[in-house]
Amino acid sequence: MVANPTGTTAEAAAEEKAGRGERLFALLQRHGALVVLVLVVAVAAFAFDRFLTFRNLENIVAQSAFLGLIAVGMTFVIISKGIDLSVGSLLALGGVLAAFSVQVSGALALVVPVLACGAIGLLNGVLIAKAKMAPFIVTLAALLGVRGLVLAIAGERTIPISDAPVFTWFGRGDVLGIEVPIFIMILAFAVGALVLNRTSYGQAIFAIGGGEDAAQLMGVAVDRTKIIAYTVSGALAGLAGALLAARLSAGQPVVGAAWELDAIAAVVVGGTLLTGGYGTMSGSLIGVLLLGVLQNLINQVGTLSSYTQQMASGAFLIVVVTIQIYLTRRRTL
Amino acid sequence: MSRATTEARPFEAGRILGWARDNGVYVAFALLVLFNAVFTTNFTTTATLFNLLIQVAPVLIVSLGMALVIGTEGIDLSVGSVMAIASAIVPLYIGYGWPVAVLIALVVGTLAGALNGSLVAFVGMQPIIATLALFVGGRGLAQVLVGGQLQIISDPSFLALGQAEVLGIPLPVIIAGVLALIVGFVVRRTTFGRYVLAIGGNRAASYLSGHPVRAVLVAVYAISAALATIAGVLATARLSAGDPSTIGILIELDAIAAVVVGGTPLSGGKVSVAGTVMGALVMQVITATFIMNDLPFTYAQILKAVIILIAVYIQRGRGSV
Repeated sequence: MVANPTGTTAEAAAEEKAGRGERLFALLQRHGALVVLVLVVAVAAFAFDRFLTFRNLENIVAQSAFLGLIAVGMTFVIISKGIDLSVGSLLALGGVLAAFSVQVSGALALVVPVLACGAIGLLNGVLIAKAKMAPFIVTLAALLGVRGLVLAIAGERTIPISDAPVFTWFGRGDVLGIEVPIFIMILAFAVGALVLNRTSYGQAIFAIGGGEDAAQLMGVAVDRTKIIAYTVSGALAGLAGALLAARLSAGQPVVGAAWELDAIAAVVVGGTLLTGGYGTMSGSLIGVLLLGVLQNLINQVGTLSSYTQQMASGAFLIVVVTIQIYLTRRRTL
Repeated sequence: MSRATTEARPFEAGRILGWARDNGVYVAFALLVLFNAVFTTNFTTTATLFNLLIQVAPVLIVSLGMALVIGTEGIDLSVGSVMAIASAIVPLYIGYGWPVAVLIALVVGTLAGALNGSLVAFVGMQPIIATLALFVGGRGLAQVLVGGQLQIISDPSFLALGQAEVLGIPLPVIIAGVLALIVGFVVRRTTFGRYVLAIGGNRAASYLSGHPVRAVLVAVYAISAALATIAGVLATARLSAGDPSTIGILIELDAIAAVVVGGTPLSGGKVSVAGTVMGALVMQVITATFIMNDLPFTYAQILKAVIILIAVYIQRGRGSV
């Protein structure tokens, strides 16, 4: 069906046999997002004077960092043929919990959101793996329930964060002139790529996505692998929420609506298949950056309403997934 | 609950589960009504009953379409946004008379649903992704249509749709009831209904049997959107305004919950219309319980999430082998 992540030599041989057009499609499917990103940046650099400044680019990457953290977890989940719709609500929960616990200590403000959201991710994972419930319905219920929980904890009010210089440093401080969230995102993607490509856990994720029954028969600990994936996805969403709260100096209960869609879009744009079994961490990073650049351009143009943006992101998702489906179809023929 | 890799369930638990799948929704409804009759003041009055039925009408109508979609092993997350589009279109064209406005809303809504269905049937997109895009984009479109503002509607003949009574029964309730009967008939007695169940049971086998799989899928999503449009029109008439920022918000969750609680498995191949009607009533009574007892609505949201999980847990592994 799709490329076997372990058999790079077999894959190379197969590609050599394939025609030139076939190879082009394979290349597009894998690096299409990179090509689009380069094109968009090139066009933007000509169209807007302020686009290609260090400050603007740094800003784009720093603001993408929060979606980036979520996309790392989402990549694991989607490669395992799952989906996690709860990340947007967990982001809000993480932010609100951080804003409350920072009043006790700055360290707690990072630990509590990660643990709490990780626990909800664990619950998602157990229901999906052990109770064999469909991932989208479990995480859809979590989307709804966690948002309710956030509003129950915080009401509809924003919880301000003050006098916490150490904690807010994680959200908007800088090291060597580069913002801290950027380092955190790069670290997350690096670790994610390492785990995905160089560990038995990563192989287990690919195996499950390729075929759960086969993976089970091969001796892969299917349940445990899935549970860990959803736990990590939840924990990363909590971390992203805490860092976003640190950046904004506030925990906002309404933040994160439709972020699950952006995260899925970023991962899919990056070439990871929604049908599971194939995907890359670097692709997801490029997908996140592409969404960040597009958002930045929308802001630069400045005349598009948020409603038009919603329409555009819906259409964008359909176009990308459609193209991906046709490219993979060509590839597998 | 230690289960081997193959499906081997203890006999007793299996029997109880099987019974709960089919009849749990009626028990839940009876318990909820009993609870409210005892603890909620003014619950057992005709006014409350009619109010409940009027409020359940949009959810119920949307749930009917959702039941068909879920019957094909699909899902439609876009119903709330389709309601919002309907709510935006009606005030735009109400000047030509309400039948024209409603007709235009129906055409646009059905086309949006057909687009969903085409993405699922012809492109091979997963239903959740295809309808998620319209879920986000559709509400944006609705907001653009009304210019981001609430549009007051004062045409009395249109408002009658949401408020008039026939033989003492509110019109939205009658419309919902008639639609439920029609969908029930379609599922049980028509070839189209058989196709829906066959596709949900095994799409490949259905295709190989020569069923018009793609056409049926497109039709099912179009019907779901058309029903959502009707629900949106009724909600708009009830509100006396086109308001895409509130109409249909989170209704996809109530609808999915109603369908699943009512005994239709997410894995497709089986549709229980009567169960769906009861499921919608259960979800509405839960909402009413929280509102009438002045409890924060966010807790209702959490409770509904838990109910969805329990219902899906009970229904899982059913339908498809």
